[in-house]
Amino acid sequence: MSQGDHSVAFVRHDPLPPQAPPVSQAGVIGWLRTNLFSSIGNSIMTLITLYVIYALLAAIVPWIANGVWDASSIRECREQLQGVNAACWAVIEERWPQLVFGNYPPEHYGRAVLAFVLLFVALAPVLYFGLPRKMLWFTGLYPFLAYWLIWGGTLWIPIMALVGVVVGFVVFRLLEEKSFFGAMVAALAAALAFWIVLTAPLAEALAGVLPLALTPVASREIGGFMINFILGTSGIALSLPLGIMLALGRQSTLPIIKMICVIFIEFVRGVPLITLLFVASVMLAYFLPPGTNFDLMLRVIIMVTLFAAAYMAEAIRGGLAALPKGQYEAGDSLGLDYWQKMRLIVLPQALKISIPSIVNIAIGLFKDTTLVSIISMFDVIGMIRGPILSSTEWFGVYWELLGFAGVLFFVFCYGISQYSQWLERKLATDHR
Amino acid sequence: MSQPIDAAPAVPSHLEVSDEVAIEISGMNKWYGQFHVLRDIDLTVYRGERIVICGPSGSGKSTLIRCINALEEHQAGKITVDGTLLSSDLKNIDKIRSEVGMCFQHFNLFPHLTILENCTLAPIWVRKTPKREAEATAMHFLEKVKIPDQANKYPGQLSGGQQQRVAIARSLCMKPKIMLFDEPTSALDPEMIKEVLDTMIELAEDGMTMLCVTHEMGFARQVANRVIFMDAGQIVEQNEPEPFFNNPKSERTKLFLSQILGH
Ligand SMILES: Nc1ncnc2c1ncn2[C@@H]1O[C@H](COP(=O)(O)OP(=O)(O)O)[C@@H](O)[C@H]1O
Ligand SMILES: [Mg+2]
Repeated sequence: MSQGDHSVAFVRHDPLPPQAPPVSQAGVIGWLRTNLFSSIGNSIMTLITLYVIYALLAAIVPWIANGVWDASSIRECREQLQGVNAACWAVIEERWPQLVFGNYPPEHYGRAVLAFVLLFVALAPVLYFGLPRKMLWFTGLYPFLAYWLIWGGTLWIPIMALVGVVVGFVVFRLLEEKSFFGAMVAALAAALAFWIVLTAPLAEALAGVLPLALTPVASREIGGFMINFILGTSGIALSLPLGIMLALGRQSTLPIIKMICVIFIEFVRGVPLITLLFVASVMLAYFLPPGTNFDLMLRVIIMVTLFAAAYMAEAIRGGLAALPKGQYEAGDSLGLDYWQKMRLIVLPQALKISIPSIVNIAIGLFKDTTLVSIISMFDVIGMIRGPILSSTEWFGVYWELLGFAGVLFFVFCYGISQYSQWLERKLATDHR
Repeated sequence: MSQPIDAAPAVPSHLEVSDEVAIEISGMNKWYGQFHVLRDIDLTVYRGERIVICGPSGSGKSTLIRCINALEEHQAGKITVDGTLLSSDLKNIDKIRSEVGMCFQHFNLFPHLTILENCTLAPIWVRKTPKREAEATAMHFLEKVKIPDQANKYPGQLSGGQQQRVAIARSLCMKPKIMLFDEPTSALDPEMIKEVLDTMIELAEDGMTMLCVTHEMGFARQVANRVIFMDAGQIVEQNEPEPFFNNPKSERTKLFLSQILGH
């Protein structure tokens, strides 16, 4: 601006220092003026909204803040409150173990808490790529360790289950050169055969020599938020890989594989989760050979996983479709085989595109785990509706209990959502 | 771009063509459904040849070179690349693809990987080269295409010309015996075309066997030892650049050249 203007005799060489904006535009007042009171209509809306917010807070905040924390029944709460309308938080304090652990034996709470804490150690290297890759070894071992901590029994069962995985992996490595897909199928078959035929007798024999046992806890003793958490994490962790396989299968050029995937996805998406849960709780017993003891929790985990996997598959398919064809061709022209191309080029990009939808499904799945209360599992909602609300001490304390359950879910879901936004920002490499 | 060489021999004498066959295509036909894209293609490419393929849009140039590394399937005839017969056997296809490099019109770099990772991916996974060694090779070729300083950036941060040079380096990292180019400069702004062509010229001087679909006739004159004209799925005419440009035999070639060289 200071050069090239020939009609002006004097040209300033130093820029003027910026002047402070007029008060009416600056700071809080300026912001209020431009955003909330820019016109009469806008000002009226602002005032109405403010009043509504005030009215809500005026009703809720004292109810929360004046709540009673120290009482052993709703009657005691009422006595202490003397007619004031306020919460009876004492129920949460008194029933805390039941809400969180159900009927899990109190002397073993430590095991469940340890499994919970270790989950974050196991997740850390998956969620934050900056951490040492060696930590992934712990992630791989975690499911077996967590199973042992929560359900107890001899350590040899999870160890043998792990050996089954190793057997599958060895089979895979031996056949990988020939065909990746064939090797995967063979590995899966080998692992299944090992689990079904050898796990139980081997574990029993080894336990005879060296027990390494924790007190066993039955699935029906597990309850409260712990159920939601176990179902949610295992459902999410299992449905993502299954969903990826289904999405790839749906794109397959092999008609049989494609058809199986399409039918599975469309069928599961067309059925409400609660139906699948009923199937898990009652119907499966008809199909299983009599005498098989197939844990209800396991059945529910399978159903929840299948349900979420169908949705995951569709979310990932969207990501796959969004990839330009040139990416596949570039991978082909470099000589990468199908699985290398998928793993190294296609899926990293497709999954990145699908993160928002995957997170949506994960959060939905986590909240839907409360549906198991309908098939009489005592998750946090089942606990509240059943034993707690029907007890004589805490009859009718709905708001406090359901509010507490809501806050619990909110904390985890909000955490997942924040993480996914962070991840999306971190992975944004293409348009910088 | 490059000055037309009229009197001098079109092929620089130091660029020797051996009599060893690199690609042999005979009686090749391809259909897209009912549409007959390639008709009776016969083509023998010798090691060290630099062939430019031109022709009107839709004449099947891309399809032809994409058949050579099996990005497209042909329905009749034989294609032999570096002694390996191209069949539906996946092993053969993967072998041929790792010997044949390809550059695309739209670069097709992997946006989620850095430039260096783009270059080391295939050597590490296909050739099983140790990472260190693959990175050293990658840096060597990035220096060759004159962008070693961009190694840790992502493709999205580079200009089109730089991206295409990375794509060339990425292919070279596989140490291919043959390079295919499908209109490598036609998605570029004019000021970037030269840097890519210069890279390709250097590659030719190193003795690479090259098949280029391009309309850069200056490049064809300077580098090619043979120019092929395609129309309607057929090879209509092929010749050394000088007689090809100065003395085209077929009417279709004349028409095409008059359109592309302008007035
Ligand atoms: N996947 C395809 N399916 C059907 N027709 C195609 C396909 N790809 C190309 N074609 C047709 O084949 C012809 C040759 O295409 P192409 O080889 O890309 O031509 P060029 O590269 O010479 O412009 C064109 O008419 C095009 O429309
Ligand atoms: Mg083309």
